[in-house]
Amino acid sequence: MATVITRVKQKQIAQLIANEKRLDGRDLLDYREMKIEQGIIERAEGSARVVLGKTEVVVGVKIEMGEPFADTPNEGVLTVNAELVPLASPDFEPGPPDENSIELARIVDRGIRESKTIDVDKLVIEPGKKVFVVFVDVYVLNHDGNLIDASALAAMAALINTKMANYEIKEGEVKIKPGYEPLPLRKHPITVTCAKIGDRLVVDPLREEEQVMDARISFAFDDDDNICAIQKGGSGYFEPKQVFEAAKIAKEKANQLRKKLNW
Amino acid sequence: MNEKPEKLIDKKGLRLDGRKPDELRTIKFEVGVITNADGSAYVEQGKNKILAGVYGPREVHPKHLALQDRTVLKCRYHMAPFSVQERKSPAPSRREVELSKVIRESLEPAVFMEYYPRTMIDVFVEVLQADGGTRCASINAAALALADSGIPMRDLVVACAAGKVEDTVVLDLMDTEDKMGSADVPVALMPNLNAITLLQMDGILSLEEFESAVNLALEGCKQIYPMQKEALKTKYVSVKEENKEEVEE
Repeated sequence: MATVITRVKQKQIAQLIANEKRLDGRDLLDYREMKIEQGIIERAEGSARVVLGKTEVVVGVKIEMGEPFADTPNEGVLTVNAELVPLASPDFEPGPPDENSIELARIVDRGIRESKTIDVDKLVIEPGKKVFVVFVDVYVLNHDGNLIDASALAAMAALINTKMANYEIKEGEVKIKPGYEPLPLRKHPITVTCAKIGDRLVVDPLREEEQVMDARISFAFDDDDNICAIQKGGSGYFEPKQVFEAAKIAKEKANQLRKKLNW
Repeated sequence: MNEKPEKLIDKKGLRLDGRKPDELRTIKFEVGVITNADGSAYVEQGKNKILAGVYGPREVHPKHLALQDRTVLKCRYHMAPFSVQERKSPAPSRREVELSKVIRESLEPAVFMEYYPRTMIDVFVEVLQADGGTRCASINAAALALADSGIPMRDLVVACAAGKVEDTVVLDLMDTEDKMGSADVPVALMPNLNAITLLQMDGILSLEEFESAVNLALEGCKQIYPMQKEALKTKYVSVKEENKEEVEE
């Protein structure tokens, strides 16, 4: 069904964008209204809900003890998973994660990992044997486009919200002590996605815009204006100058968001 | 595991394997290497050894995936268990699922998808040995295999990575540079259309460094492109000569 609706709307969306307008009346480089709530799931060590227009993403952070990877014995472990929950869109189906949810999880993961957001050195209990594993689970609850930016924001908001239990080692055993400490964070990456529709670039694409876009490109920026992750997606292409234009737009937008969020 | 080298770039500005920062590794392309496939190619780029095979256009399986107005391009990037230092499980990892997707999306703009409605084209990529930059080498092989299969294309797709190693922007990172360097930017290009069909990055780069890395990667792509064309020509010259011999007999 999606393709039938798309064909009818394709022309309308492209025409609007050629005239610098969007389906919902926004300018090409405007984000939709954004709402971030933290600490919405008490059972999780950290959580956040991001509502971006009609898109809604919840992220829960769980922390468990586990083994470090053999090649990084002195570092805690970060694991990001994304679920495109079937209730969130007519296009999502139950079942094992498909390429879209794996790609989403890996984009969110790369932004956090490459910027060295989590101070993994501080998550070691016993080098080479026992470390804290940080599970970031992205849960898409309503899909109205731009899941990448919404998920990355929600993941970061949830990490900021995350509290770790205090512990001590007694006779080789790890004992949990009362009280909590915040998860040690160094950076606050923000991801901005530009979609190419016709020959124009727009930010924060709607689901209908994503259905007609040629391609998208996402940039994660850290606190020092460095790029820490990029992903191009979609079956179309970008000219080199469009890539550089998108990078500049993303940098500016990331800065605006950073100011607004006070990250 | 390999011992950590102290420096990735020496005093003379040369890299671990003696290359200059803007120098490609030795590349070898061979087209038409798998007799069963409709198109195939083999690539060696540094120590990478990668095979690509194309089957199709053929019947869509499962049928409900068929599209009425164009073909379905499927891509499977897979690493052999023995392709890396520590044995890799043959089951597809999340990384391989993602790479399959981005490789497919890097090829789709080049294929005239609308020529073959209600069909499927399978692109299989097998990494026999990995040495950094496998996604780029895979795209180079897959584009050659597609061209070899005779499926009409707008252009070949050429891919090459650039990155940052010890404050220097370098071309075509090998495994150690990829793992120990500070950024990796794989890029795929349709050279005649000046169209970037794959772009990823991990690591840390300023906007300026990113631009120079992309430009360097594009230069690398433009150097690889004639080698790809040459490999295609070489196959068809040899086919022609085979036919000539048959006639003479």
